[in-house]
Amino acid sequence: MTTIRSGKAVVLGLLALSLGACSSLGVKPWQRDTLAKEEMALNSAPLDNRLDDHIYFSKEGSSGGRSFAGGGCGCN
Amino acid sequence: MQLKRIANISTALAAASCSLLGHHAQAGTVLDDWQFNSAILLYNESDHVSAGEGILTARGDFGDDHFLNLGLVLDALTGASATGAVAQPNVQSFTRPSGRGSYDVAAGDTPLDDTFHDTRVQLDASWEQPLAQNWRITAGGHISKEYDYLSLGVNSSLAYDFNQKNTTASLGLAYSHDSIEPEGGIAIGFAPMLLRRNFASDDAYQSAFNATRNRADDTKDTLDVLLGLTQVINRDWLMQFNYSLSVADGYMTDPFKLVSVVDSNGVVQQNLYENRPDSRTKHSLYWQNKLHVNGTFLDASYRYMWDDWELKSHTADVKWRLPLGEQWYVEPQLRYYQQTAAEFYLPFLRQNAALPEYASADYRIGKMSAYTLGAKFGTTLAPGNELSFRIALYQQKPENDGVTAPGVLAELELYEKVTAVMAQVSYSF
Repeated sequence: MTTIRSGKAVVLGLLALSLGACSSLGVKPWQRDTLAKEEMALNSAPLDNRLDDHIYFSKEGSSGGRSFAGGGCGCN
Repeated sequence: MQLKRIANISTALAAASCSLLGHHAQAGTVLDDWQFNSAILLYNESDHVSAGEGILTARGDFGDDHFLNLGLVLDALTGASATGAVAQPNVQSFTRPSGRGSYDVAAGDTPLDDTFHDTRVQLDASWEQPLAQNWRITAGGHISKEYDYLSLGVNSSLAYDFNQKNTTASLGLAYSHDSIEPEGGIAIGFAPMLLRRNFASDDAYQSAFNATRNRADDTKDTLDVLLGLTQVINRDWLMQFNYSLSVADGYMTDPFKLVSVVDSNGVVQQNLYENRPDSRTKHSLYWQNKLHVNGTFLDASYRYMWDDWELKSHTADVKWRLPLGEQWYVEPQLRYYQQTAAEFYLPFLRQNAALPEYASADYRIGKMSAYTLGAKFGTTLAPGNELSFRIALYQQKPENDGVTAPGVLAELELYEKVTAVMAQVSYSF
């Protein structure tokens, strides 16, 4: 019982912390110098990702996550 | 006279070069709105599959944030692929999937079908544009054709920026319709793999072979939903969360894979064509971080995937881009993957046990871990022109999921490692 209660307290504490952090998240438009760099794009190497996704799709039991998971080839 | 002629020639040359340059400049203005990316990848497994894949993509800027993306993919595959049948202490014979011809596998070797080859062409296109203030829409489609496989698909996604563009929420939908027409038709689930030598005549063999097939082709439909949230954490940190759902319905059995039926001594009595469920629902959670740290760029992601085949997987991927002098960068890459077996995965079937509803001995849906260790080297030749080289080692380690191997199987390698080398050259212009 005590464990559950302290577990809840930890979760609530973390939630409060992350909510607190949320208010300070983000940047002003003039602070986007680094974020605007190509290297900071989420998909900064689209061809590498595409080739990797195709290999792993055909060699493993999982697919998708970053982008759509389904279809495309008869390799799996 | 001589001087005059030379002057005339130089005037003509100047005029010609002017018109050439002028022409060039004109072509430049059209092509300036397009960015091209190209890559060639060679993938080579020791004693197994070799593949080559080439990609060319083009992104056209039509102004006011309107873009057209076009892609062409060509790939060729050749070599041997594990059939799912178990190794034996003696030579084994297998019929090719088409029913015509056979091949032998040496004692102690994992059975591989060495006739495996295919080429694929894929074309895709998408259009993206703003929809309203802070809203963007993308719509596209693909067509992919192999010798025995055709995939057609459409997709669309909608993204909304808010919180001073620090947060982006997105919704994506994709639908694809795939059809497969394997040579020799589609085997009935658990139909036996027949051997010509067990029949008195070609006709008797052919008619028995035909009886193991009940259709020439089949289809699969897949619907994907992708929910995404991108958050700027601070000046140097960008984070992405995705939840994706993929619902597939149709033929998901691999028409080339077998499951061996063994007796209590581990001796193969028969090989059967595998049989998988005709529906699969996959979920995944994906978390990606892009960080700028002291002039270096770190890309770290984690994915958890689970599905109703009871396959669960963890994937961690880290890429760290470090400057190397003024012009070059090096990017070490490390990926770790681990999956549990699908509930119907069995390395072999027992002769005295009842046949399950579904079974597959395909190691790709068995318990496994894998890692990729690689490095990418890149340089910027001119603004927008980048050349890069990537080399990686990929190793898969299939694992026993608590199955006791009887008799002769105990002495044989049933979970063989697969090691591959990947080499890639990319050029953007």
